Amino acid sequence: MSPFLTETLSKFQQMGTALAAFFGVLLIVFYLGSKTSGRIQTPTARLVMLGPAVVLLTAGLVVPAVLTTISSFKDANNKKFVGLANFNWVFTNPDNLVTLRNTVLWVIITPLVSTGLGLLLAVLIDRMKHESIPKSLIFMPMAISFVGASIIWGLVYEYSEPGGEQVGLLSQLAALFHVADPPNWILIPFWNNFLLMVIFIWIQVGFAMVVLSAAIKAIPVDVVEAAMLDGATGGRLFRSVTVPMIRGTLVVVLTTIMIGVLKVFDIVRTMTNGNFGTQVLANEMYAQSFVQFDAGRGSALAVVLFLGVIPVVIYNIIQLRRDHAR
Amino acid sequence: MSLKTRGRSSVLIAGGVAAAFALAACGSSSGGGGTASTSPSTSASVSAECQPYAAYGTFAAGTTVSVFTSILPPEQQKFEASWAQFAKCTGITVKYEGSDQFEAQLPTRIAGGNAPDIAFIPQPGLLAKLAQGQNPPVAAPATVTANVDKYWNPAWKNYGSVDGTFYAAPLGSNMKSFVWYSPSVFKAKGYTVPTTWEELTALSAKMVKDGVKPWCGGIESGGATGWPATDWLEQIVLRTQGGDVYDQWVNHTVKFNSPQIKSSMDLLAAWMKNPLFVNGGHGDVKTIATTAFQDAGKPILDGKCGMLQQASFYAAQWDTFKKGAKIAEDGDVYAFYLPGIKADIPTPIVGGGEFVAAFSDKPEVQAFQTYLASGEFATEKVKQGGWVSANSGVPLDAYTDNISKLSAQYLTKSDATFRFDASDLMPAAVGAGEEWKQLTAWFGEGKPTDEVLNAIDAAWPAS
Repeated sequence: MSPFLTETLSKFQQMGTALAAFFGVLLIVFYLGSKTSGRIQTPTARLVMLGPAVVLLTAGLVVPAVLTTISSFKDANNKKFVGLANFNWVFTNPDNLVTLRNTVLWVIITPLVSTGLGLLLAVLIDRMKHESIPKSLIFMPMAISFVGASIIWGLVYEYSEPGGEQVGLLSQLAALFHVADPPNWILIPFWNNFLLMVIFIWIQVGFAMVVLSAAIKAIPVDVVEAAMLDGATGGRLFRSVTVPMIRGTLVVVLTTIMIGVLKVFDIVRTMTNGNFGTQVLANEMYAQSFVQFDAGRGSALAVVLFLGVIPVVIYNIIQLRRDHAR
Repeated sequence: MSLKTRGRSSVLIAGGVAAAFALAACGSSSGGGGTASTSPSTSASVSAECQPYAAYGTFAAGTTVSVFTSILPPEQQKFEASWAQFAKCTGITVKYEGSDQFEAQLPTRIAGGNAPDIAFIPQPGLLAKLAQGQNPPVAAPATVTANVDKYWNPAWKNYGSVDGTFYAAPLGSNMKSFVWYSPSVFKAKGYTVPTTWEELTALSAKMVKDGVKPWCGGIESGGATGWPATDWLEQIVLRTQGGDVYDQWVNHTVKFNSPQIKSSMDLLAAWMKNPLFVNGGHGDVKTIATTAFQDAGKPILDGKCGMLQQASFYAAQWDTFKKGAKIAEDGDVYAFYLPGIKADIPTPIVGGGEFVAAFSDKPEVQAFQTYLASGEFATEKVKQGGWVSANSGVPLDAYTDNISKLSAQYLTKSDATFRFDASDLMPAAVGAGEEWKQLTAWFGEGKPTDEVLNAIDAAWPAS
């Protein structure tokens, strides 16, 4: 057996032992829990059921979140407290203002466009004969990682010297429309943000379409028939019946994409590394923490991001609960 | 900016996964080799080939030294080959681990109590940060200090020291003050290699007259976009202001918005931001910001660009443009020394390199550290090709390729004004952050020089 295999196997063995031990402990705890009776039965059951989740959440989420929040008030080396200096930097540095603006643009535009396009496609494809074929094709980009997609789109936006052979698809298209001198797309101030958003939308539309299409199919036929008897057709049917009936799903899709957008990092990092006025919060956070090793600023950016995500998550959960309650 | 180091091998890295597999495979295979070696107890019959390694002692089978570095395959195999005999004779197994996230992972591993025995650190700035942090590296043992005093220019020892303590011996070096050009094009057009800055400017003007843009450049480098621009600025600062101002610039007593640096930026603008001069084969000046540094020199082979200022390690790129490209004075492509500007600043050279820091004082670690600082190791490694050491214990004829030899000639020159890459010495917030970012904006967005310099100064950490 090759040394590589031996080493890999021994690693799997270790992992297997750890997993077995974990489940063994769980089994013992559950067994002891089941033996209890009387007054302590209910509290014990709660402890046994909630305990593992609470422990894992505390170690994996709560403690790091608290530590990050503390670091956000400390200096670059995580030693001295510096008060609000890091947050002051986040909200006053001119480059950070651009970063914040871009993040807001991303959060508003990409979920709306992805969901809107997804809804449109869901409605259109719903009436097609072999709907699984276009659906699979549109869903396919979902299987591509953001980094992979960015590399693909990087080639689309590629710039070559005018007059020569154009490598970039967009430049070649522009040439077909007799644009004499295709610009260096990724350098166009402000609008280059939208070129990056296209990549995210390209990936997310498939997800929105599939989920919304399922919701549309779940609308009871009698509701649609009643509306049609009342004379509703086409646009009216869509506006007054379809959209209200899938409203819950629409909101969930929208907020899910929104949470994903707040974390967007890979696209910006791969395409521009945040240069040319395209920086977003998550990438700046990574750069501050792991390229420039400024733990304070990195943590402050993480806290801002965290505070930005919370309302969306809460709204998302409320909406999900309302959906379940119905 | 070890990204520069990484650039050498990045061409051959198919992807992180592939590299990880290769590493795992190599790590274990070297492990197998180590345990199979002869037991150290039979030292009575030290063979002739082990004689040179007797001074390092012998260790029990299974003694392991772990090395963590940003240098990936195929360079890894060359390293392993160069210390194979040492490993065999001393019984030490060297476990090599390379990572393209080295700078991020090393501090995390140290903080987690999982420090490697030895790390090859490509930036003195990172070394300083580690030395001032918790669980700092171990100061270099006397045997290492002796080797460094014997073989290196004192400037190098200084770059491996923090607050007066010498920690890390230099390992590899690279020569950044090179200009790449095509000897065949030069010959056809009747150009001669310039030896002064005036000749270089005159040559550029001549190329413009001949309808060819004389310079090309690219500073796009993923997460490290902008670093080649910092190198250009360093070349100018060292050439016009000299070593003392350069040192003061590094420790921020000369600020970025000082007249010295501002005038250097103006000279750089007249050179690499001159619309008549750049960007040969790529487009206008702004394309410098979007052209990958790896691709920057390609138009030189097509005759669309005259010259490229880039380091010695750029030699690895030519083969990707043209299979079997000959790098020689009479070949497809070659390099000349970027001339000095002022007569009282002799042979200004900007260079880079890695440093060997140890996080353990075990005898086997110190033996290996000492060997890495020796002329014997450097010679072995040089023979593997594509690698330069400023170690003067390496005979020039050990070099197997022209560029490495040319680099070594300059790096071991005793009267040269050698300075380490400034952005690697500055705090990461500037040298791996704001300076990259602002110079990229300077090229790509036409951001005014004053705003660029002020923004970099503002990012300098208060301490």
